[in-house]
Amino acid sequence: MSELRRISVKALTRVEGEGALRIRVRDGTIEIAEFNIYEPPRFFERLLRGRAFAEVPDITARICGICPVAYQLTACQALENAFGVQITPAIAALRRLLYWGEWIQSHSLHIHLLHAPDFLGYESGFSLAVDRPEFVERGLRFKAIGSRIMEVVGGRAVHPINVAVGGFFKAPAAAALRGLIPDLEWGLAAALELVRDVSQFEFPSLQCPATCVALRSDTGSPSDSGRIISSAGLDIAIDEFEQHFAEEQVPHSTALYSLQLPDRTPYLVGPVARLNLCREQLPPHTRRSVEACGIDWPLVNPYKSIVARALEVAAAFEESLGIVRDVMADINPCRVEVTPREGTGCAATEAPRGLLYHRYSVTADGLITAATIIPPTSQNQAQIEKDLRGLLPSVLGFADALVSSRCEQLIRSYDPCISCATHFLTLVLDRGEA
Amino acid sequence: MPTKLRLAVYKFASCDGCQLQLLDAQGKLLEIARRIDIDHFLEARSQVVEGPYDIALVEGSITTPEDAERIRKIRRDCRYLVTLGACATAGGIQALRNWGNIEEFVSAVYATPSYISTLATSTPIADHVPVDFELRGCPIDTGQLVELLTAFLLGRKPHVPSWSVCVECKSSGAVCVAVTQGIPCLGPVTQAGCGAICPAHGRECFGCFGPSEPANLVSLTGHYQQQGIPPEQLGRMLRSFTAEAPAFRAEGDRLRGLQP
Repeated sequence: MSELRRISVKALTRVEGEGALRIRVRDGTIEIAEFNIYEPPRFFERLLRGRAFAEVPDITARICGICPVAYQLTACQALENAFGVQITPAIAALRRLLYWGEWIQSHSLHIHLLHAPDFLGYESGFSLAVDRPEFVERGLRFKAIGSRIMEVVGGRAVHPINVAVGGFFKAPAAAALRGLIPDLEWGLAAALELVRDVSQFEFPSLQCPATCVALRSDTGSPSDSGRIISSAGLDIAIDEFEQHFAEEQVPHSTALYSLQLPDRTPYLVGPVARLNLCREQLPPHTRRSVEACGIDWPLVNPYKSIVARALEVAAAFEESLGIVRDVMADINPCRVEVTPREGTGCAATEAPRGLLYHRYSVTADGLITAATIIPPTSQNQAQIEKDLRGLLPSVLGFADALVSSRCEQLIRSYDPCISCATHFLTLVLDRGEA
Repeated sequence: MPTKLRLAVYKFASCDGCQLQLLDAQGKLLEIARRIDIDHFLEARSQVVEGPYDIALVEGSITTPEDAERIRKIRRDCRYLVTLGACATAGGIQALRNWGNIEEFVSAVYATPSYISTLATSTPIADHVPVDFELRGCPIDTGQLVELLTAFLLGRKPHVPSWSVCVECKSSGAVCVAVTQGIPCLGPVTQAGCGAICPAHGRECFGCFGPSEPANLVSLTGHYQQQGIPPEQLGRMLRSFTAEAPAFRAEGDRLRGLQP
């Protein structure tokens, strides 16, 4: 008689958006390990059609309240590429500062409120804060500084309003940018302490080697330019992305899966992929911390992604300091002239959760006729399921509740953003008992 | 000691941005957590304490048959239901499907449309269940959220303005972009609450807090048309984050009728 075991988590918690998990095991063999995304689809790619190009940064921001800047800036670059518009180095630096603000607030939210409770034995950041107020309060201060950067440069922390195709509506005052320096200096020193704190957590042992994919620049942390490289030797220009990666739909998810061609294989994007591929380009203080934090690179234990995220908080503070210390006067002009022309443009940037790709086709009047958006969580979804299959044999001996919580912890370590990917999470473990 | 207020947070079709404002809350998150039991908040805690709750904060719009059912259960399980943001109060940007063909929308994004369960429309929460209070905005303002929770703790009505963005713009000393630069701005017909940040950055208000009360849309769009702004551009402005709000919907439809 065959033994069938089903385990399900109907609503994953401490992840951004709505997802579930379904596992079915027959006679000790894993038949199904699905990371379900049931977040209702919102059809952004379709509703962008017919909109004016200038509206695209505001509309695509609404894909995600946690990483709106990623969508805004990738959209701006793709449209600027379609129109043959060159922005100035000062505008590019200001955009990166805005982006680092988003990295800081997004990563510190995930580290302190969503992920660290797993390692310290709490069900939430709220209960963790009762016993370890200094840890959570430091995290919330990081987050507040990230939000402050976004307010100074972007006009608002969630869905910034100052981002335009061609640059910014209004230049932030040089004095306001320099005013960030004391907080950024504190942030860098405190983030390096955070790296030491989280690298001393006890991590379950798990080896999940993956093909890592990231955008590598010649200098500086991965952000908004460079070539798309992989740990398997891929090295392509951004506009070759769609020749090497393809999205496909699966029945159990409203998020499309992005897979690597030609064999439609899973791959990993995000902090772990970036640090595995681009450690050499990090700024000096973070670079030293990368070597001193006790991780054997490349990092193959997904649970240790919290260390990678902490290193990236430090990198974002260090990069931000580099930018604001250079600002001598208001950046004017903060916007270059944009004249629409018929054509297609694409761009890729490194969002907090990994590589983000946009492509738009535009009419001569500047109206959008086609939009393709490939968010980081879509790209990680297949890898997450592969790693769940890797984890399950070592935990199947436990009771269902423990299997569920270990699976949820694994999923959480990828910091999936379900709102982004929908076009995401509930656990169902099916052990084959009818 | 009296029992603490019990709060639940729910998400429907949305971007998470409004919930995120609770995790920001102007540095008051831990203070709020000490004074109010946050008993259901899937995105921030694993433990769920069963209802009934005193307050349900609802983010997002109704776009699936399952969600239309889920909001009824939530309504039954709370004393006060408060909607958060443009999606919950006006259908959100995803309500643009309400003017399109849903089959075509699904097939434009998904290769196998039959796997997707969705309604033809994205509608505000108030279309499905009675709502006690709403906070507008895309996203909501953290100051207004803290005011709302403070008001509940004190047992009084929240102070949230219903006047237009113009009032905030004038009081902040920002220069009017419509008057000085001829930029069509929705500030005169949009509810205040954001602090007039768009005009303060030299750009138009695009109406993310939805229509103010009262809002004379016909007069405003007529004025902009006299200034040479084409009706299709004005129509697009109204058909954005709060397109399904009645005043914006009616004027957007009227402008569309004027197009060749």
